[in-house]
Amino acid sequence: MARRRYTQAINDALFEEMERDPKVIVFGEDVELAIFGDTRGLLERFGRNRIRNTPICEATLTGMAVGAAAAGYRVVLHMMFSNFLYTGFDAIANQMAKLRLMTGGQLELPITIMSGYGGGRSNAAQHSDTPHSLLMNLGGVNVAVPSNPADAKGLLKTAIRGRNPTFFMEASGQGGTSGEVPEGDCTVAFGEAAVAREGHDVTVIAIGTMVRPALAAAKQLEAQGISVEVIDPRTLVPLDEDSIVRSVNKTGRAVVVDEGRDRASAASHIAAILADKAFASLKAPVKRVTVPNVAMPYAPNAEARVFPGEEQIIQAVRTARTAP
Amino acid sequence: MTPAAENSGPDPAQSLALYERMLLIRRMEEKLSADSAAGVLPGAVHLYIGQEAVAAGVCMQLEDTDWITSTHRGHGHFLGKGGDPKAMMAEIWGKKTGICKGMGGSMHVADLSKGILGANGIVGGGLAISVGAAFGEKLSDSGRVAVCFFGDCASNQGVFMECLNVSTLWGLPLVFVCEHNHFSEFTRAEQVTSGNIVDRARAFKIHTAVVGGNDVEAVWKATAEAVARARRGAGPCFIEAETYRIKGHMEFEKELLAGGAYRNQQEIDDWIARDPIARWGGKLIERGVATATTLEEIATRVAQAVLDAVKFSHDSEPADTELVFDLMFAGQRP
Repeated sequence: MARRRYTQAINDALFEEMERDPKVIVFGEDVELAIFGDTRGLLERFGRNRIRNTPICEATLTGMAVGAAAAGYRVVLHMMFSNFLYTGFDAIANQMAKLRLMTGGQLELPITIMSGYGGGRSNAAQHSDTPHSLLMNLGGVNVAVPSNPADAKGLLKTAIRGRNPTFFMEASGQGGTSGEVPEGDCTVAFGEAAVAREGHDVTVIAIGTMVRPALAAAKQLEAQGISVEVIDPRTLVPLDEDSIVRSVNKTGRAVVVDEGRDRASAASHIAAILADKAFASLKAPVKRVTVPNVAMPYAPNAEARVFPGEEQIIQAVRTARTAP
Repeated sequence: MTPAAENSGPDPAQSLALYERMLLIRRMEEKLSADSAAGVLPGAVHLYIGQEAVAAGVCMQLEDTDWITSTHRGHGHFLGKGGDPKAMMAEIWGKKTGICKGMGGSMHVADLSKGILGANGIVGGGLAISVGAAFGEKLSDSGRVAVCFFGDCASNQGVFMECLNVSTLWGLPLVFVCEHNHFSEFTRAEQVTSGNIVDRARAFKIHTAVVGGNDVEAVWKATAEAVARARRGAGPCFIEAETYRIKGHMEFEKELLAGGAYRNQQEIDDWIARDPIARWGGKLIERGVATATTLEEIATRVAQAVLDAVKFSHDSEPADTELVFDLMFAGQRP
């Protein structure tokens, strides 16, 4: 094990995968200098035929990822902020997510699209979105939501080696957080949730950026005599429904925490699965902790008003604990 | 067929092959038109009738290992690039033996083994994909090229400018082929298009050619030059081919238009008089490359190919419904 920051772990994965397979290429906006640090140093090592800055033209970049994949490359496309996925959404939704079916399975698209998501840093409405549920709804793409450095490295390796388009959602506000990362070539399988903390009173299913506040909340609640189990799905597509249902069957109470806007969110999807598959075990309504159906405001106090965190999670767990 | 040397016209064998390819596209689509009118086809078809010289003239300059991206009006490109008529017909009929196993249909016919990245239901949807394919081939230094077919209406999509920029900037082996067929779906092109489309490409200092799109020889020659430039690393080219969409945006459009019209019969008749296939047939006879008998033999062969495609499709089983779940992902359930 080595102590690595979240961004370093991503950078390690890119270095290792590019060394391992000469068909891995990285392109996107400002990947050469890398404002997030995740692609830093790749240019010096691999040269501009493996990594290069592109014009700012997201609608073309996402389509290019499809064409380059068809031409035999394993494409890593860096879209910087998740909000910029919207500008590139035609080729994502109409091409990438559908071409495999439309071509009768002729085409494989080993594409990894990286982008930072989430708020909390006064980046305002156009740089703070969490579009997980939009991507989940497309059907033909995977969605990876690593919450810690080890998963960031392992999930990115799996994405790059995979045979399908994957959205690698970077917790941009947590790039500096450290954690233990296994040495060597460790991958994390898609569709396998992690039990981030064991407990028996309430299950908290926390997604990506929300795992840290969920663990902090669990620690506080333990001091108050409430035992919380924290489940980290790690990928939303494919989703490890069994692990989530198993935990809720044990606790009978569930809170789902997601940085997406509440309406038709990853959280509401998971709540629906629990209503369907864990109904008999549930002793209380499933609570959701999400962003209200608003755009992220700029002012720190206004953002704090709508941003989900430790306090909201504690409140939701208490409600789930005492209801009905 | 071996591609012709730059600037030379097609030799006799190539000339006859171009004629046959155009006629195959025409006869296949006439059959689809009749089936559509009879109300028996599962979905809509957007026919290429009148534009065959562009697909044949361009595609017959390419190898199987070169890429094309196509449009919603993609049957001509598919057949032009050597796609199998049987597998195309079965696809449009939603059969298991279709080129995409019945999962794509008319608007998505694709054959990766022939470099056909697919017809595309999104106007301009193929542009960026072809740029990506050309980028890949440039990185591989393979000598392969990508060709993007798109229409005058796709040139009004912002992605067109983006693709001109990045492909020129990176010197990609790409040929843009704009088929100016005068219509943006149910709207006249001039009503929605400012200036000349070729001038948009010229702004990027890209090599351009404007050709008569109903003159297969002109298309063939312009493509020979463009492909040769792309292969030797001289970067992308842009070809604008003026042609005319004889049929509507889609079959059955009369019902949708409810008595409205966006063009008159005289205009259609004027363009029918400039039919690319009849024109090329006449030239072949004039040059002594073919006799009326040669052309009749070709017509017989093409008619048989269409009958074979129809029979193959008719005899095939419907699509396997479970494939929907198998094919969304590679090695993963949806």
